[in-house]
Amino acid sequence: MSTTTVETSSAVTERPVAGAPRRRVRRRGEHGPVAALASHALLVVASLIAFFPVGWLVFLSLGPDKDDYLHPGQIWHTMTLDNYSFVLQHTSFFDWLKSTLIVVGGTTLIGVLIAATTGYAVSRMRFPGYRKFMWLLLLTQMFPIAVLIVPMYQIMSNLGLIDTYLGLVLINSTTIVPYCAWLLKGYFDTIPFEIDEAGRVDGLTPFGTFVRLILPLAKPGLAVAAFYAFLTAFGEVAFASTFMLSDDHYTFAVGLQSFVSEHDAQRNLMAATAVLIAIPVSAFFYLVQKNLVTGLTAGGTKG
Amino acid sequence: MTVAIDRATGKRRGEPGPRPGLSRRIRYGYQKHWYAYAMIAPVAVVLGVLVFYPLVYGFYLTLTDANSLNSARTIGVNHIDATYKFIGLDNYKDVLFGQLSYDRFWSHFIWTVVWTVVCVTLHYTIGLGLALLLNQKFRGQTLYRVILVLPWAVPTFVTVFGWRFMLADSGIINAALHTLHLPQPQWLEDTFWQRFAAIMVNTWCGVPFMMLSLLGGLQAIDASLYEAAEMDGASAWQRFRYVTLPGLRSVSSTVVLLGIIWTFNQFAIIFLLFGNTAPDAQILVTWAYQLGFGQQPRDFAQSATYGILLLAILIVFTSFYRRWLNRNEQQLAI
Repeated sequence: MSTTTVETSSAVTERPVAGAPRRRVRRRGEHGPVAALASHALLVVASLIAFFPVGWLVFLSLGPDKDDYLHPGQIWHTMTLDNYSFVLQHTSFFDWLKSTLIVVGGTTLIGVLIAATTGYAVSRMRFPGYRKFMWLLLLTQMFPIAVLIVPMYQIMSNLGLIDTYLGLVLINSTTIVPYCAWLLKGYFDTIPFEIDEAGRVDGLTPFGTFVRLILPLAKPGLAVAAFYAFLTAFGEVAFASTFMLSDDHYTFAVGLQSFVSEHDAQRNLMAATAVLIAIPVSAFFYLVQKNLVTGLTAGGTKG
Repeated sequence: MTVAIDRATGKRRGEPGPRPGLSRRIRYGYQKHWYAYAMIAPVAVVLGVLVFYPLVYGFYLTLTDANSLNSARTIGVNHIDATYKFIGLDNYKDVLFGQLSYDRFWSHFIWTVVWTVVCVTLHYTIGLGLALLLNQKFRGQTLYRVILVLPWAVPTFVTVFGWRFMLADSGIINAALHTLHLPQPQWLEDTFWQRFAAIMVNTWCGVPFMMLSLLGGLQAIDASLYEAAEMDGASAWQRFRYVTLPGLRSVSSTVVLLGIIWTFNQFAIIFLLFGNTAPDAQILVTWAYQLGFGQQPRDFAQSATYGILLLAILIVFTSFYRRWLNRNEQQLAI
């Protein structure tokens, strides 16, 4: 069956199908009313499920009492933004914001920079050990943090990097770099090799070719890697909660947890903080998500 | 000098000649490839120092009885040297076959495998279903996609707290079940329901990635294939079976492998959902973390042992997976 499909398809594509006027009234992917209704119904249910936990968090953040999550009906009558003003004025919110920005920004910068050269090298050059190196990159994806976190902790404390931004940036980079390198390799593969050859003919070194010709062309790919790094570093919990010890060095991921104990489980404040954290990140995410997906699957769809 | 490669075959040109001697090979290789090595050097250094050195060190720890009481530490101005000693493979023996090894290791192992299989299956099937629905042409497509991506867009550590509010004893879920006169499980206390809740939250968080990746894959399938199949009189199921699934194969094998690795190592969701409570719902990763950081004294050696075992499991699994893919003439396209 599959072979006939493939054969006929090649036969079809030989004719100029794209330009020919379509005769069918119902176009591809359009269905009858019943099927369309069913699709919509399923999608509406799925959307509700996807949206509800987030929407619920926003709703709870408006309730003034810390136990409002148990009787949400009351929130309708007592809705207030007090939680937000309290969080912004009386907690370490801005300290956490600063730490998060430093850590996430640093990780993104370092991670993408060194992943880019690697991605280029593995995309364009075949050197002895190439396959082993690619395999190692995949392997590091598999490293459970639990293997590393104990020895990392001891190494970091020997180096005096516990509770420093630099330490966390370096450690986050280890999880981000391998995947970014894979991503960027996929992107570099889509840039024609002739460009490199032209650059080499004009007398550029391989590194010169990379910096002057390929990097400018790879901006979208670099952006995808940067988004990935940003989002991963932002959501990182394990390293941050192990290596950051003082309250004003907490990233959001740790700070939000500390709310439970330090502020007597004031869930209303926690919900408000969560919303304050989530809004800018989600907004950013929506700006980039389309590119992110294209980038993440670029390698996959080509194969 | 670096070599240009033939794109179609990925092979070096002018290969292979008779093998020259080792020192000449090294010198030649250095001249020819030093650009490549220079370019991967930063990553190699970072991974070497921060991943492989800790790995070796971690492996060494598994051969000792290190914990937070006998490790080197500094209290105030006093530096205390490490006093832990080498005990060979005792940790492995203890974890895998020792007394209570079922409770401490194997039960977590089984649960981790179940967790991974169930979660990835749900991720994939739900993700594929939604991707197929979204791949049709109809109004509101973009809006649906934007909403459906939400669980991925909001950071996990934020949404898991939302789930905790919902799963609390008298939270909204149990309130809803109460109105429907259904039993109200103790989501965060009862072992079975803890596991159920963990899978539910992880599925909720993981579907968007699968959905979007598979949607990307679906959109990359040549539309003329469908037209040809339709002209041949293929039914909707046959089109799905013989055009869609093969077209998705390389995306699928990649995202499934990533999904398995990520789920197996999923730390944040279980850690944030249960913290240090719920010993029975901990998968191996969070359990190892708990041994190393969530108790006093911290048992570094045992925690590292779990880690090495975990890594071994994943490496064996991935090797088999790759071999299986190769046998089916597929490539892993990451």
